[in-house]
Amino acid sequence: MIDLHGYGPRLLEGAGVTLQLAVLSLILALILGLLTASAKMSRNWLLHKVATLYTTVIRGVPDLVLMLLLFFGGQMALNVATDAIYDRFGVDWYINLNAFAAGVLTIGFIFGAYMGETFRGAFMAVEHGQIEAGKAYGMSPWLVFRRIRFPQMMRHALPGISNNWMVLLKTTALVSVIGLSDMVRVAAEASRATHEPFTFLIPVAAAYLLIASVSEWMFARLQKRYNVGFGGH
Amino acid sequence: MTELTWLNELLAGNRIFTPQTIGYYWDGLVLTTQLVFLSLVAGLVLAIPLAIGRSSSRRWISLPIYVYTYVFRGTPLLIQLYIIYYGVVFFDGIQQTFLWPLLREAFYPALIAFTLNTAAYSTEIFRGAIKATPRGEIEAAKAYGMSQGLMMRRIVLPSAFRRALPAYGNEVIFMLHASAIASVVTLMDITGAARFVYARFYAPFEAFLFAAAIYLCLTFAILYFFRYLEKRLLAHLKPQSGN
Repeated sequence: MIDLHGYGPRLLEGAGVTLQLAVLSLILALILGLLTASAKMSRNWLLHKVATLYTTVIRGVPDLVLMLLLFFGGQMALNVATDAIYDRFGVDWYINLNAFAAGVLTIGFIFGAYMGETFRGAFMAVEHGQIEAGKAYGMSPWLVFRRIRFPQMMRHALPGISNNWMVLLKTTALVSVIGLSDMVRVAAEASRATHEPFTFLIPVAAAYLLIASVSEWMFARLQKRYNVGFGGH
Repeated sequence: MTELTWLNELLAGNRIFTPQTIGYYWDGLVLTTQLVFLSLVAGLVLAIPLAIGRSSSRRWISLPIYVYTYVFRGTPLLIQLYIIYYGVVFFDGIQQTFLWPLLREAFYPALIAFTLNTAAYSTEIFRGAIKATPRGEIEAAKAYGMSQGLMMRRIVLPSAFRRALPAYGNEVIFMLHASAIASVVTLMDITGAARFVYARFYAPFEAFLFAAAIYLCLTFAILYFFRYLEKRLLAHLKPQSGN
C-alpha cells in the first residue's frame, strides 16, 4: 500500500465533503433550473428578462470568480445586514458564512443556469398534443405538469443533466480555494508538507474518475427507466 | 503618463480604482490572453493528430488516446494543474538544471496543464466531427484513387473542421473560464489581480465584479467571433432562404 503519511483519514473525510457538496449543489441546481426554465417559458415579460439575464451572466463568467464574489462578498453583505439590525433593534447577531454553505450556494447557483437551459430545451421537446390531451381529460395545470410534462421532459433532459453533473463534480474542486477541506485541498496540503505530490494527487484524481464512472452507470439506468415505451434507446 | 490624464480625472476620488489597480487588471488581461491563446494553439496542434488516431480502427492506436482523453476530461483541471506544478517543483534535481528558471515560474506548468486539458477536449470534438463525415464523400475520394493521407487532408479534415466549429467555440470559452484557476498557483491573471485588489482594499464587490465584467466582455467577443466564422464557413449548411 502507498504510505499516506497519516493523511489517509483526512483524505477520506475530504472525499465525503466533495460528495456531500456535489449532491447538495446538484439538488439546488435542479430546483433553480426548473424555476429558470419556467420563468424563461412564461409569458411574463419581466420573469423572462430576469431569467435570461441570469443564464447569460452566469455562463459568461468563470466559476472561480463567482465563487470568490459570493463567498467574500456574501460575508460582507451579511455583516452589513447584521450591523443594520444591531443599530436598529439592538440585537447582536452575527452570521458566519461558512465555506461549505457558500460552496453549495455558489455551485448550485451557477449550475442552476446550465440546468435551466437543459430543462427549457427538454420541456419544448414534449409534444404539444400531449398537454392538450391532458387538458381535455380535465387535468389541472399542476396535474398536467406532474403526470405528463415532467416525466416526458425528463427523457429529453437526462443526457443534459448527466453532462452538467459531470462538470459540476469537477467544479467542486474549486471550493478548496475558498478554504473548504475537500479532498483536493487535503491532497494539496499533504503534497506541500511531504514534497510527494503524486502520492496524494493521483489517488484523488482516481477518486474523481471513480465517482464519474459510477454516476455514468447510474444515469444510464435512469435513462432506461425514462425511456420506457419509446423502444430501443 | 500625460496621455492618461483623462483616465486620472475619471478616477479622481475613487479609492479603489486608481491608475495603479487598473494597471494590475490590464496586466492580468494580458496574462490571461497569453495563457489561453498559447494553450489553445498548442492544444489544437496536439488534438488534430490525436483525433485522427482516435478515429483509427486499430485499437492499439485509439485505445491509449481514449485513456488520455478520459482521464483529462474526467478529473478537475485544478488537480491536473497541481500535479504538474508540484510535480515539477518538487522533482529532485530540477533546481540545478537549466530548465529551473523557466519552470520555477508558475506560467509554464499552468500552460502545460491547460494545453493537455484543452487538447483532450478538442480531440474528442474533432473525433466526433471526423466520424460524422458522410460515407459518400469517403467513397468518392477512394474512387478517385486518393491515398489515406490525401483523403484526410483534402476531404475529411476540411469538412470536419467546419462541423466542429460550434463545439470548438464552446471549448474556447470554457478554456477562458478555466484559466481563472491560474490565480491559485500565484499567477496574476485577471482573477489574480482581482484577488490582490480584494485583499488590499477589502472590497470584494468592486474587485470581483470588475473582473467578472472583463470576462463577460471576452466571452461575448469570442462568441461573436465564432458566430461570424460559422456564418462564413457554414453558409452552405444553412436552410435555403428566399422563398
